[in-house]
Amino acid sequence: MPKVKFDILVTTCVPLPFENVDTDQIIPARFLSATSREGFGDNLFRDWRYKKTGEKNDDFVLNNPKFTGKVLVAGKNFGSGSSREHAVWAIFDYGFRAVVSSFFADIFMANSLNNGLLPIVIPEELLKKLLAMIEKNPATKVNIDLEKQTFTIIATGDSVKFGINPYKKECLLKGLDDIDFLLSMKDLIIDYESTKSLVK
Amino acid sequence: MKSKTLFDKIWDGHVVRSIEDGPDVLYIDRHYIHEVTSPQAFNGLKERGIPVFRPGKTIATADHNIPTKDQHLPIKDLLSRNQVEKLTENCSKYGIELFGLNNPKNGIIHVIAPELGYTLPGITIVCGDSHTSTHGAFGAIAFGIGTSEVEMVLATQCILQPKPKKMKIAVNGKLQKGVTSKDIIMYIISEISTGGATGYFVEFCGSAITSLSMEARMTICNMSIEMGARGGLISPDETTFDYLRKLSSIPGLVDFESALNQWKTLKSDPDAVFDRELEFDAALIKPMITYGTNPGMAMAVDASIPLSDQKSSEASSSFIKSLDYMGFKPGMKLLGHPIDYVFIGSCTNGRIEDFRAFAEIIKGRKKASNVTALIVPGSKMVEAQMISEGLVEIYNNAGFEVRQPGCSSCLAMNEDKVPPGKYAVSTSNRNFEGRQGPGSRTLLASPATAAVAAITGKISDPREFMSQEINIKK
Repeated sequence: MPKVKFDILVTTCVPLPFENVDTDQIIPARFLSATSREGFGDNLFRDWRYKKTGEKNDDFVLNNPKFTGKVLVAGKNFGSGSSREHAVWAIFDYGFRAVVSSFFADIFMANSLNNGLLPIVIPEELLKKLLAMIEKNPATKVNIDLEKQTFTIIATGDSVKFGINPYKKECLLKGLDDIDFLLSMKDLIIDYESTKSLVK
Repeated sequence: MKSKTLFDKIWDGHVVRSIEDGPDVLYIDRHYIHEVTSPQAFNGLKERGIPVFRPGKTIATADHNIPTKDQHLPIKDLLSRNQVEKLTENCSKYGIELFGLNNPKNGIIHVIAPELGYTLPGITIVCGDSHTSTHGAFGAIAFGIGTSEVEMVLATQCILQPKPKKMKIAVNGKLQKGVTSKDIIMYIISEISTGGATGYFVEFCGSAITSLSMEARMTICNMSIEMGARGGLISPDETTFDYLRKLSSIPGLVDFESALNQWKTLKSDPDAVFDRELEFDAALIKPMITYGTNPGMAMAVDASIPLSDQKSSEASSSFIKSLDYMGFKPGMKLLGHPIDYVFIGSCTNGRIEDFRAFAEIIKGRKKASNVTALIVPGSKMVEAQMISEGLVEIYNNAGFEVRQPGCSSCLAMNEDKVPPGKYAVSTSNRNFEGRQGPGSRTLLASPATAAVAAITGKISDPREFMSQEINIKK
C-alpha cells in the first residue's frame, strides 16, 4: 500500500532540550489501550503537557504559542525505552514530520522510518546551537532536503549532510511500502524455509 | 573461513536476501505477540486482504493490560477489555495459538515462551516489546520491534533489518554474597549509560555470567535494551541444555539429540572480532539501586548520589530535572530513606527464583506497616510453583498478598499504580517518570533488595540481612 511521500520541508521548530526522552514520556502506557493508529497526538507528552489537575501546563513548550512548526528538536538519546510505535504515531499525529537530535534509540528510529517521520541526526554542537537559536528566536527556520540529505539552518546557512539508509530513503521519497516489497519475495522466503528453517 | 561471532553465525544463517545498501531480509523462527502492540498490525493485514503467512510460528498472550485480581471476572476497564477481546478475535480468525487470560499457561510473554519451550538456542525471535531481548539468554537472536514490523512478520515471517554492530561484555570473577544477576546488569548500565550500547547487539560472557542459572541469565539479557542494545545473548551451555531437557515439551522440535549437537556449536570463534569489547570485575559489584529517572542512573545501595551526570563535571539540566522529580539531591545517601511501595514481578524478575530469593529474606519476618506490596508472579506456571513450594504460605505469613500474573505495576497499564509522589522499590526494568503511574517514583533493585525494603520500610542493604552465606539464587 503506497504511503505518504516525504518532500522538502521548510519549517520552524519546536525545542525540547532534554536528554534521554523515553517513549513513556512521549506517550504514557495508560493511553496504549486503543486498537487503531489514530488520535494519539492528543496525548503526546501528556504528563508534561498537563498538570495533575488536568489543566494545561503553561511551562511546557507545546503549550507555548511562540513555538510552532513541523520539526521537533530534542536532546540526545531521544526515544529510548519501550518499543511502542504509538510514540511515533503520537508525534506524527500531532503534526511533526521530522525529529532532530544528536542520537536516537534504535527501535524508535526504525519505527519513525516506517511511518514517514524522518529522524535526523546532527552533531551535538549544532544541536546545542540550534536549540539556543530557537529559544532566542522562535521564527528560526530550517530546510530539510531528503533527496540531498541536507539539514540547513536557513538564517545562518549552517548545513550538514545527514545519514539515512539508501533503501529507506527511497521508500520515503517514493512512498513505498516494506510489506509490498517483502510480499514480492515470497518465493525466496519459501525456498529459505524448505532448506534452512530450524523449527517447524 | 572467516571467524565469526555467535551473533554473526545466527544472523547470517537467517538472511533470506541481502539488499544492496539496504537492510537484510531476516527470517523469523518465532514471533510472540500480545494485546497492546498487535491490533493495528492485524488491522493492516485486513486492509491488505492478506492472511498470516505462517500462523504456526506465532504465539500470543494477554499480559500488559490485564488485572492481577479477579481474573475470572470481565475486565472492568472497557478499553482494556476491548483490546484483550480483539486479541482473542484476531488469534481465532488467523489461527494463532493464544495463551489468554485464564489459560493455565497464561503469563508475561517473556516468562511463558521459555517455560513452554518456544525459546530455543540458535533461532530468531521477535515481539512487539522491547524486552524481547530476554530470550537471548538461550543463545537466540531476540529483539523488540514496532507494530509496523509486527505486521511485516505476520505477513511474511520476515523482517527488514539492518545488521547491528557487535559488542562483547565479559564479566569475570566471583560475585559477593547478596549480589544477583539484576545487580550485574544494573551495574553495567550505570557504567556505560542508557544509550551506551545503542546500535549494538551484545554478547555477554565470562565466568560470572556462565555461573548463572537460566532465570538469572534472562534477567541480564532482558535489561540489555536499557543500555540501548538491540539485544543481548549468551552462548548456550550445559546450564541451557539442562533447562531445555527438563521441559515437558518443545513444540516443533523433531529430535532433541540432533538439535543438541547443533546447539553445541553455537559459540563465537575464539578469534572473532567485535566492534567493541568491555570487561567488568564481578567482585566490584554491590547490590544496586537507581536514584534517577532512567536505568543508567544507578549506584551501589550504600553509595551517595553523584554530584553530576556520569563522566561530566557539570550537572546538566536533565540530571537536575531527574533528581527533582525523585525528590532527591546530589550527594545524598539513600540508605534509610523511607519507601511506600514494593513491587516484585515483571519480565525482569518475575520467575520462580526471584520469588524464592524474596521469600528467603521475608521468611519469619513481617512486612513493614508503611509498605504496600505488589507480589505478582510472571506466569500461571510460576504461580502454581509458588503454591507447591510453600512460598505463598511464607508470603502470607509475612503479611504479603500474592496477586495473579501479568505485567502489572511494571508499566501500570492496569490498576496496579503507584500514587503520585510515592516511592516504590521495584524489581522491574524502568524507572522512567510516571512509569508505575503518573507522578510515581521508582527505585529499581533486585528481589533481595526489594525484600529488605519491604520488611524494613526503607531502603536497606540486603547484605546486612545475610550474616552467613544464605541460599540466595543468583
